[in-house]
Amino acid sequence: MSDSVGLLLRRAGFGPTAVELAAARQAGYAAALTGLTAPPGPDVGATGAPVPDLGPDAYAGKHDLTYEEKVRLEDLRDAQTAQLTEWWLNRMTVASHQAVEKLVFFWHGHWATSVKKVRSPQLMLSQHRTLRGAPDFTVMARRMVVDAALNHYLDGHLNTRQAPNENLARELCELFLLGIGNYTEKDVKEAGRALTGWRFSLTMGRSVFDPRAHDPGRKSILGRTGNFTAQSLVDLLVSQEACPRFVAARLWFRYGSSTRPIPKGLQEKMARAFPAPMAMLRVLLADEAFQATAGTMVKQPVEWLVGALRQLGVRPANLPAETRKAVLHDLENLGQLPFAPPNVGGWPSGGSWLTSAAAQVRLRLAGRVAEQTPVDQVTPESLAYLLGVDRWTNRTYAVLRGTQDRRQLLTLGLASPEYLVT
Amino acid sequence: MTMTPQTRRRFLLASGVTAGAALAAGAGGMGLAQLLRTAGQDRADAPSKKLVLVTLYGGNDGLNTVVPYTDPAYHDARPELAYDPEKVLHLDDALGLNPVMRGMKQLWDEKRLAVVLGAGYPRPDRSHFRSMDIWQTASPAEPVTTGWVGRWLDGTKAAPEAAVSFEPVLPPVLAGETRAGSCVNVGGLELPPGISADAVAALGRGEPGEPELQARAARAYGDLLRVEQLVRDAEQHQSPTPGGVEQEVLTTGPGSRSVLETQLALVARCVEAGVPTQVYSVSLDGFDTHAMERAGHESLLTRLDRALSAFVARMARTEEGRQVTVVVYSEFGRRVRANASQGTDHGTAGPVFVLGPVVAGGLHGEQPSLTDLDDGDLKATVDFRDVFGTVLASVLDAEPDRYLGGGYRATPLPLLTVD
Repeated sequence: MSDSVGLLLRRAGFGPTAVELAAARQAGYAAALTGLTAPPGPDVGATGAPVPDLGPDAYAGKHDLTYEEKVRLEDLRDAQTAQLTEWWLNRMTVASHQAVEKLVFFWHGHWATSVKKVRSPQLMLSQHRTLRGAPDFTVMARRMVVDAALNHYLDGHLNTRQAPNENLARELCELFLLGIGNYTEKDVKEAGRALTGWRFSLTMGRSVFDPRAHDPGRKSILGRTGNFTAQSLVDLLVSQEACPRFVAARLWFRYGSSTRPIPKGLQEKMARAFPAPMAMLRVLLADEAFQATAGTMVKQPVEWLVGALRQLGVRPANLPAETRKAVLHDLENLGQLPFAPPNVGGWPSGGSWLTSAAAQVRLRLAGRVAEQTPVDQVTPESLAYLLGVDRWTNRTYAVLRGTQDRRQLLTLGLASPEYLVT
Repeated sequence: MTMTPQTRRRFLLASGVTAGAALAAGAGGMGLAQLLRTAGQDRADAPSKKLVLVTLYGGNDGLNTVVPYTDPAYHDARPELAYDPEKVLHLDDALGLNPVMRGMKQLWDEKRLAVVLGAGYPRPDRSHFRSMDIWQTASPAEPVTTGWVGRWLDGTKAAPEAAVSFEPVLPPVLAGETRAGSCVNVGGLELPPGISADAVAALGRGEPGEPELQARAARAYGDLLRVEQLVRDAEQHQSPTPGGVEQEVLTTGPGSRSVLETQLALVARCVEAGVPTQVYSVSLDGFDTHAMERAGHESLLTRLDRALSAFVARMARTEEGRQVTVVVYSEFGRRVRANASQGTDHGTAGPVFVLGPVVAGGLHGEQPSLTDLDDGDLKATVDFRDVFGTVLASVLDAEPDRYLGGGYRATPLPLLTVD
């Protein structure tokens, strides 16, 4: 429990700077927790990362394209996707409200949707705004069920009265709102019927409802019968007792421990704060069970990178274009590119980030970050301070002391096992 | 358009399985050293039959691989891309291998190559991402989070080395719910400027009393270096050459090294060393040939042909090797008609190759019609799950219907000789 404030800041945000950590320790745990979960005023840091204006989707209003035109439009989409991804990494890095920013990233992993299938960066940005702007979980769920990118990702546009597709309905039950064991196959089928009729429009950049494709009939879901629609279906699912507990468990999985189950008492306490996600998170972070999870989580690649950038004063937006591209490539090879989760289940956790293949990429990316770091002089001791590492192990300390070169020292520190685990 | 490594990763990562419980369980941490250390343990009990899955990422053009050279519809549909009948390597009076596949033709003549024609699945999906997912999970109807080999690993409570991939990321086919194949890294070591292998090795040393995950993070650096050393050793490995048969050159030096050849050389080394791995997964990228296809496709098939024929020849020389069966597949074939850019767009069914010393050579199934098409695409004549079901039964001694999932009842194909 020697560094409870350090654990709090590392888990609640992407990685505290030395200044933030010192201030939080000065303020004490309770004040630091309040500062994170109820930050005062607008996010001043984030004003340095305005949302990019992507314009309309490359394909909006276009028909009968030649192969060459399609190639050109696909290239444009790829460039816009890179622009959007770089923007988010920059925003994560410069944001002052770190817990808010990290929670948005959590929601992206929860409602996992990949631009690799959706293709439209505009639809992905629209979803991102929805996740960022939702005042609570219920509203978020109501908006997400008709989110164009999510619908496209889960084949919602193929879900019609004539040819039902259960993909979105299944994930709504299994991954988004209830969790396995809290619904039946029949519920999924009936929920699928409730979700029929939604398409996406690239021109409008959102979903549109086609009443002719919707199945207006009566459906029996979770013991209730009615003419369910997308909205009333979500209201029904969110009102289930399982929903708040499920969301609590998902938060625990990403903020507490991905290996130990959430303690029952904490789960109930968090469920009582539903549907306000930040309030649920606050309950989690204030609990003694949270403190007991120290040393049991592996930083996800994005957390590791953004934390390093923040702590070393590197701004992604200021990097040379080539380096920005290389960073995205490395992140992809580490297995975590924002806007591109591997599947609807979101990103893996824990030991799966620690393969030897990842070790090599991590060293390379650490080298890139080190190269761009504006720090002139660094010692093993000052590096520990900068990176918020309580103490180097003897192993790492020996390695760091054995190198004279600033860049090598930074690279090895960033790649060190103790910097990867929190 | 060629497939970049990123695109291939996209298949692996975008697929529904790599991030599942299996990866969380820690797949991917094994080094070659660890793998080779499993050799020789319990040899008497160790299953002897082996399966090597070769995945061709990008959608191989089946019609220019196994060419229906006498079919006028083939020549009409692909004026620029079709092969002259006299150029292809005839399998019978209707079908022939691509002219560059001379090694495979030799295997065919020796009855060690089986060609399953028209393999596909109902309601084909033309997305690389989804279709490769379907082949690897053997679940066409709905996305599932486990691959068919992964489910076999679960079902047999297999050891970590039971299934191995030499690819950088765990392929979905090897991911189970509770178990997963091991990823053994074969890429050469590349360290950032100024970072020495010694420093990385030092970073990889365990520290007494450190948290388990931290220790594991350290081990990953140790593995990285050990594997590098062992890969170099494997490249120099000389297998015994009974009867004075000249040694095939599996690697041809820096610069011309095929990744598939390297992967198969490592498989060969492991097989000959008696490693109890039963399933190996290897791959070749780049089959996403939408434009100016012919030269690129021939280059890919040349690499495939060389790597496979050398591998099968090497495997034929040892008792361990003679138990190996290779299956080569891709996520879909290509459209019958060439596009305006001298390439082909995403299609449906294609041939699957099954090779090895115990394979019953010959044609299996039926070549799809080039005139009775489904919206311009071939109609599959064999469900790919029958091929995988056959190897589950014959190579892995497992019940196919248990692992193919989705209630599918596989029809076994006579792909292997009866022992």
